[in-house]
Amino acid sequence: MVSRKGKTNGDAAAAAGAGTMERAVIDRDGLDALIAALQDDGYQVTGPAVRDGAIVPGRLATGADLPMGWTDSQSGGHYRLEQGDPDRMFDYVVGPQSWKASLYPAEQLLFTARRGEHGFTVDEPRIDAPRLAFFGVRPCDLAAIRTLDTVFEGGPFTDTRYQVRREGVFIVAVNCARSADTCFCASMGTGPKAAGGYDLALTEITAEGRTRFLIEAGSERARPILANLPQQPAGAKDVEAAETAVAKAAKAQTRAMVPEVEALLKRNLESPHWDQVGKRCLNCSNCTLVCPTCFCSTVEDRTSLDGHEAERRRRWDSCFTMDFSYVHGGSIRRESSSRYRQWMTHKLATWHDQFGMSGCVGCGRCIAWCPVGIDITEEARAIADSEGRK
Amino acid sequence: MDTSLAADPGPEIPPARWSGVDPMMPRPFTVKRVRKELADTFTLELEPADGGGPIRFQPGQFNMLYAYGVGEVPISISSDPDDPSVVAHTTRFVGSVTEALVHTRIGSLIGVRGPFGTHWPVEIAQGEDVAFIAGGIGLAPLRPAIYRVLSERQKYGNVVIFYGARTPEDLLFRKELQSWRSRFDINVHVTVDRATGRWNGRVGFVTQLIRGGGFDRHSSVAFICGPELMMRYSIQKLQEHGLGNDRIFISMERNMKCAVGFCGHCQLGSQFVCKDGPVYRFDNIEDYFSIWEL
Ligand SMILES: Cc1cc2nc3c(=O)[nH]c(=O)nc-3n(C[C@H](O)[C@H](O)[C@H](O)COP(=O)(O)OP(=O)(O)OC[C@H]3O[C@@H](n4cnc5c(N)ncnc54)[C@H](O)[C@@H]3O)c2cc1C
Ligand code: SF4
Ligand code: SF4
Ligand code: FES
Repeated sequence: MVSRKGKTNGDAAAAAGAGTMERAVIDRDGLDALIAALQDDGYQVTGPAVRDGAIVPGRLATGADLPMGWTDSQSGGHYRLEQGDPDRMFDYVVGPQSWKASLYPAEQLLFTARRGEHGFTVDEPRIDAPRLAFFGVRPCDLAAIRTLDTVFEGGPFTDTRYQVRREGVFIVAVNCARSADTCFCASMGTGPKAAGGYDLALTEITAEGRTRFLIEAGSERARPILANLPQQPAGAKDVEAAETAVAKAAKAQTRAMVPEVEALLKRNLESPHWDQVGKRCLNCSNCTLVCPTCFCSTVEDRTSLDGHEAERRRRWDSCFTMDFSYVHGGSIRRESSSRYRQWMTHKLATWHDQFGMSGCVGCGRCIAWCPVGIDITEEARAIADSEGRK
Repeated sequence: MDTSLAADPGPEIPPARWSGVDPMMPRPFTVKRVRKELADTFTLELEPADGGGPIRFQPGQFNMLYAYGVGEVPISISSDPDDPSVVAHTTRFVGSVTEALVHTRIGSLIGVRGPFGTHWPVEIAQGEDVAFIAGGIGLAPLRPAIYRVLSERQKYGNVVIFYGARTPEDLLFRKELQSWRSRFDINVHVTVDRATGRWNGRVGFVTQLIRGGGFDRHSSVAFICGPELMMRYSIQKLQEHGLGNDRIFISMERNMKCAVGFCGHCQLGSQFVCKDGPVYRFDNIEDYFSIWEL
């Protein structure tokens, strides 16, 4: 791995152990103070915002921008934001967008080429990425960020564009006290409680009849920020309330990934089930776009009308398109079933070979945002069941 | 008899030489020479135009070639790996980017990123017989390996080249094939699928040549490059001949948009063909080879 100066490192934070962490209990005004403190430190704070009937990351000017009293209803092919307990702040979970778009924009300029006397020159654009603070990162999405770090920074090549944006991102995680119907992070080992890799982590609890937040520091640089917030000491009861809330969310999860799915899929590359799901899949690419770890891209070349300037852009791509596997003479994956198989086996099986981890963090987005409600956990289970029938 | 190779050569990734430069940024290279090979195939000889050093590569590696404003495609290096003064690419024009590339003139610039990927590990075949099996344009990516072996000819056993093309007009590097054939220390067998004009040579598929042998089934290493179907049948023939899958090397072709493991397009099962390949020892990907549309 490349060096991660100024960046939270999940393993290091986890290794530091709970003993060295600092915790406190804060109120709503503590959250406001936290956002202001991050801004004073030069961070642009991005956090949950309600837009077009969904919770998406948006810019937070003040703590007052934080949405209150919302919850969500999610299931296969279904997402709806609903009014919840007006006193609760984090009772919704993940929406259609993830932090991926902030670290790895859906479209970015790779270079501009200009015709000159001797051929052309190539200029790399300067990336003026603001210092970002991600506010309200759910444990599954924290795991997804760690996954992208490995993809773009962990191999023999480093994507400098990703690196520039990722460097120094301050992460305020929120542990989940409520799961949606689509969540299966517990079975993926990524949530509903963050295991590290954050600067600060919040858990919404009810203490003395009021909504409050247990806040824990997970990095050195978070300590002074935490120390300056209006707060009360965290008692054993508060810590227990947070544990209970998270445990309840884990228990409420109705979906789970089948165990040992990596080996299961690897021995079922020729299962007839792929044809079955291939018939239902519309190849619309929604699942890959909403997935917080899907990283595939393509490039586009354009020239100005007079031909004096050309540019090369990179944009998100999807393995569900026919062009994706095109080589002279035709695409490799012509069948819908082959493309679904590529996506699912990559997420759950071959990702382990490539990056030493799962490509799926169990966020459930692909289930909710699939127009025909295809459910990755059910497809895996169907393949497991088909083995039993053999 | 133990037919497996002593040391597992494995797919190797040569150390990337980026010296801080972004791997997605092309370097400008000047076209020094254009050689028309066939009606649709040209060899471009390139030289750095940015004052930087030459590209040092291993046989079988490729570069991403950028045609101004049109696009970028993976093209193998076809020149001598031991002559760093020139880097050559032999390109068949099949679509928009390759068309723009073959239409470049002497003195024009093209963008180059590379070299990328694994190489033909000819060094592990020292002391053994070597078979090069090429179909069509597949001779170009193999040529650097042939140069390497011929430059140290005494270190190898029998050396044989099996080459097939569609028609006599599609035979690449004809003059060179003839000069190799005239040597006493290398066997060159050429065939065409379909004879045209004054062709007196063999007619038939390259796989039919392999039956003729000319290499020891127990101590040979085969390097194959060509269309996937041709490689499939060649492997079958070699297996019938008694060659182990760990002695067969092939080069895979997949769509590539980045060559550094970022874009995902080149995946073949767990493999990123751009960085884990394109050259594979066959036993390492044989399981994937038989799976439909993987
Ligand atoms: C590792 C490697 C080495 C190669 N070496 C050579 C070589 O030495 N000489 C040579 O002539 N060709 C070589 N090719 C094939 C060459 O890259 C394609 O012919 C070229 O990409 C076609 O692009 P195009 O825009 O002209 O064609 P189009 O048909 O217009 O292609 C559109 C796009 O599809 C993709 N594509 C199409 N065909 C291929 C293909 N066969 N392989 C990969 N991507 C493809 C490219 O991204 C291309 O931009 C190699 C391919 C790979 C993967
Ligand atoms: S595959 Fe689905 S559940 Fe898994 S991380 Fe991607 S969107 Fe979330
Ligand atoms: S699985 Fe669903 S979301 Fe994904 S491409 Fe198929 S139809 Fe679209
Ligand atoms: S070519 Fe982009 S990942 Fe291999």
